[in-house]
Amino acid sequence: MSSPRGTKACGGVAADRQIHVLAVDDSSVDRAVIARILRSSKYRVTTVDSGKKALELLGLEPNVNMIITDYWMPEMTGYELLKIVKESSELREIPVVIMSSENVPNRINRCLEEGAEDFLLKPVRPSDVSRLCNRMR
Amino acid sequence: MELGSLQRRYIDFTSALFREGFLDNQYTQLQQLQDESNPEFVLEVVTLFFEDSEKLLNELSRTLDQQVVDFKKVDAHVHQLKGSSASIGAQRVKNVCMAFRNCCEERNQEGCLRWLQQVRQEYFLVKSKLETLFRLEKQILAAGGSVPVLCFLWPTHVETLSV
Repeated sequence: MSSPRGTKACGGVAADRQIHVLAVDDSSVDRAVIARILRSSKYRVTTVDSGKKALELLGLEPNVNMIITDYWMPEMTGYELLKIVKESSELREIPVVIMSSENVPNRINRCLEEGAEDFLLKPVRPSDVSRLCNRMR
Repeated sequence: MELGSLQRRYIDFTSALFREGFLDNQYTQLQQLQDESNPEFVLEVVTLFFEDSEKLLNELSRTLDQQVVDFKKVDAHVHQLKGSSASIGAQRVKNVCMAFRNCCEERNQEGCLRWLQQVRQEYFLVKSKLETLFRLEKQILAAGGSVPVLCFLWPTHVETLSV
């Protein structure tokens, strides 16, 4: 399967090196929106609905260039996922972006201190994602 | 109905939805993500919103109907509903959810039941309006025309970019 030859968009750097983003969100609505926004920038996107599934996928698929995750999820929060990724020798280089519908300064700081690349307020829009362009691994 | 009047009707209807606060700029953002390779994007996301919301409203009914109400659970459901309504631009639903959450914090069962009724009302209202919108779009396309693109600049100013 050949990748599209993207020119101006971030993700289409070279046909064989399409950037792969893993999006984690328990909301089906938000998964659909973030996936579309990322795909419109020519990224390859995989969506999962939990931190647990994200870790399973990361264990199988090493070529993930960025993780973008919701903060509030049942069972494992985005913060907990972030910590696990940053504490793992195989995964720690992958930039992690947190999304949240709540603007809580403590929460934002905690995530950034734990190594999050960026923190996006929901609802996410295309302009929020375009600024992540340069942060991909 | 002929194409011109369908399109005019569409413009009037959409403008009113924004003016009356049913939809906000996030909905416009979604429309802008729709293109020839994703021609049904808005419909797909809104359909997910409908499914998700109806599940949440039922859960809320059930949870608030208990002898001993689990307010943390109620709050979690309202938080979810608030999130998804914000994500599609359903402004009035989102606003009612915000007020609803305050009641959860106060652990006020009666108040919460009243807010549930409110949010349900707002939800079904916006649902019916969006269904009308989609129906109009379908009619316009079936008549061989294109759906007008509206540019929502600020609260009272709505411009038609192209017809």
